[in-house]
Amino acid sequence: MSALAPGQAVRVRDDWPEARGPAHIRTPHYVRGRTGTIRSILGHFPNPEDLAFARPALNLTLYHVAFDPASLWGDAKAGDEILVEIYESWLEAA
Amino acid sequence: MEDAAENGPNPARAHHDLGGIAKYMCEPVDTEPHALSDFDREVDALRQILGLKRLMSVDELRRGIEAIPEAEYHALTYYQRWIRSIADNLLRKGVITASELKAALAKGGMRS
Repeated sequence: MSALAPGQAVRVRDDWPEARGPAHIRTPHYVRGRTGTIRSILGHFPNPEDLAFARPALNLTLYHVAFDPASLWGDAKAGDEILVEIYESWLEAA
Repeated sequence: MEDAAENGPNPARAHHDLGGIAKYMCEPVDTEPHALSDFDREVDALRQILGLKRLMSVDELRRGIEAIPEAEYHALTYYQRWIRSIADNLLRKGVITASELKAALAKGGMRS
């Protein structure tokens, strides 16, 4: 069951757990707080943020999210696309 | 070029979270395959055995690599980071003791 659909605009949570203590984060720093578009659903996987500490891990939906590079970096060339794998726990509808 | 030029620097990027930083946009990335040393192969084999025996997951390996202090992180080779993380994980879980590790190293274990 996936709450987000391909084509939908999403915002990546602007959260920095690594600043609060030991953490394992798969969401790159440069997309946090930024808006992209769900491109596809990649599957469902145990949350690596818990697996990294040998904790019980819930299955989460993993998405391919597309970003316009110009929205991430001021001098990026237009026309390219950045595709990032992001777990549902980091995404909210934009 | 600054990180995230239009929105200011990211407040808390971890030192290992290197994607998208200016250095790698301004320098070509070396994508040639690297030759593996015997040490590299031994570390990789150890990682596979620990995974099969469910003593350490790849996610735990990664967390341990990311926990290496910044100066040391950048001074170590790729597989040296792995063996550092493997040792930290096994010590933390009590699979091996510090004295066992010390004794094994004194006997001449894996060398980098």
